[in-house]
Amino acid sequence: MTWSWEVFFEVIPIIFKGMWITLGLTIACYLFAVVFGFFWLLLDRVPLKAFRWMIKWTTEFIRSTPPLVQLFFIFYAWPMVPVVGVSLNPFTAAILGLGIHFSTYLSEVYRSGIEAVDKGQWEAATALNLSTQQKWLKVILPQAIPPTIPMLGNYLIIMFKEVPLASTIGVVAMLHLANDYGAQYYKYVEPLTVVALFFLLLSYPSALLIKKLEMKFNRRFDKKYITES
Amino acid sequence: MSEPIAKYRDVHKSFGDVEVLKGIDLDIGPAEKVALIGPSGSGKTTIIRLLMTLENPTSGTIEVNGKNLWHMESKNGLVPANEKYLREVRGDIGMVFQHFNLFPHMTILENCMTAPIHVKKESKASARKRSLEMLEKVGLGDKVDLYPSQLSGGQKQRVAMARALVMRPKIMLFDEVTSALDPELVGEVLEVIRDLAKEGDMAMILVTHEMDFALDIADRVLFLNDGVIEADGPPSEIIGNPQSERLKDFLSRFTSSNYSHS
Repeated sequence: MTWSWEVFFEVIPIIFKGMWITLGLTIACYLFAVVFGFFWLLLDRVPLKAFRWMIKWTTEFIRSTPPLVQLFFIFYAWPMVPVVGVSLNPFTAAILGLGIHFSTYLSEVYRSGIEAVDKGQWEAATALNLSTQQKWLKVILPQAIPPTIPMLGNYLIIMFKEVPLASTIGVVAMLHLANDYGAQYYKYVEPLTVVALFFLLLSYPSALLIKKLEMKFNRRFDKKYITES
Repeated sequence: MSEPIAKYRDVHKSFGDVEVLKGIDLDIGPAEKVALIGPSGSGKTTIIRLLMTLENPTSGTIEVNGKNLWHMESKNGLVPANEKYLREVRGDIGMVFQHFNLFPHMTILENCMTAPIHVKKESKASARKRSLEMLEKVGLGDKVDLYPSQLSGGQKQRVAMARALVMRPKIMLFDEVTSALDPELVGEVLEVIRDLAKEGDMAMILVTHEMDFALDIADRVLFLNDGVIEADGPPSEIIGNPQSERLKDFLSRFTSSNYSHS
């Protein structure tokens, strides 16, 4: 094997084009997961035990099966399901597949944030006669969300790194372009190295940014107080 | 005595298999100051938590200001109250907690202003003005823009009282409000309660272990033991001259003084 700087610099602009697709897909999947995660949490509060049981096992099932299998199912198998089956383009299928997969993790993050809020906060809100909605919006969520920001950020980065799975169902992003280039010229080392570098360049600064955010939120009020009372 | 502000009738409360309250009958007068004493686990806190609607009774009825608390009228007779009804009747009650339960993400002033603005739909200006007055009254007028984590326990508890008072409750519940405080901070909190008691128009129920204090400010002391009210009377009688053996035994654990006025 020989390393060619010429090839290296040649593939950078090609992969760079794919980077926008990768980023766009990551953001779309993440937004989907953020919203859908709340949805699971709401479904889990439906006052019907059998329904909640069903939701619990659905999320458990989604978490315990590989995202690649889910992607393949949505893209290849779902169109063949009678009545509800729809054929989706690769991009939409990827958003649905990865979005739903990660939404089950995010709903756990939300849950942990909410459960970390002291019971006394609910009681004080009740004693002040706040409505259920006001309790959530004014008292519970403002305390539940900030501590989960590092976890939410970590899932963004993890998801970013899972997005190349979408190339298997034909989303033309960084990995797919690198692969195409390799197949065409039989040169894989340089394009794949460029892909790895792009991922590093994007995820490492994001991780630092999340650290910064975390520190900022912790400064706002002494974290010890929240856990104590 | 005029029409009671709170009325318990044969109230029972169980948690699982444990019956914490075994038939409570109790009337609290409109401006009465009642101290609830008794060993831990006797059900004192449960009595006031039922009134604050933080727990629901297993059986029996509670009325506040003539309105049935946990049940509402319907065409099928009394049915369990829904949230909307509870919000209507809960407005007359305020509570201060052992662990303060201030909202840590809000400043002290915001802690006080939130409920008047969102529950009573007061204007921001009026809520602010009344909150500032109330914080001034509890001696924290210079701290209104701090966050709870920047205060001492005694200060936090005084904020919690101001926050409850801004809602102008007709009856105020104090749940062992000095138990979580360092001993040197207890005095400042009791002082505020003493001032409130002197103002006179608000009924108060205090769950407390401060016998001197109960003797000093209460019109009436209830001794709770094993889920029933064992003794009920003026403080001079209950604390000053206990009759039952159990009450004597309970009081003997408080060695701080001879329960005389100072």
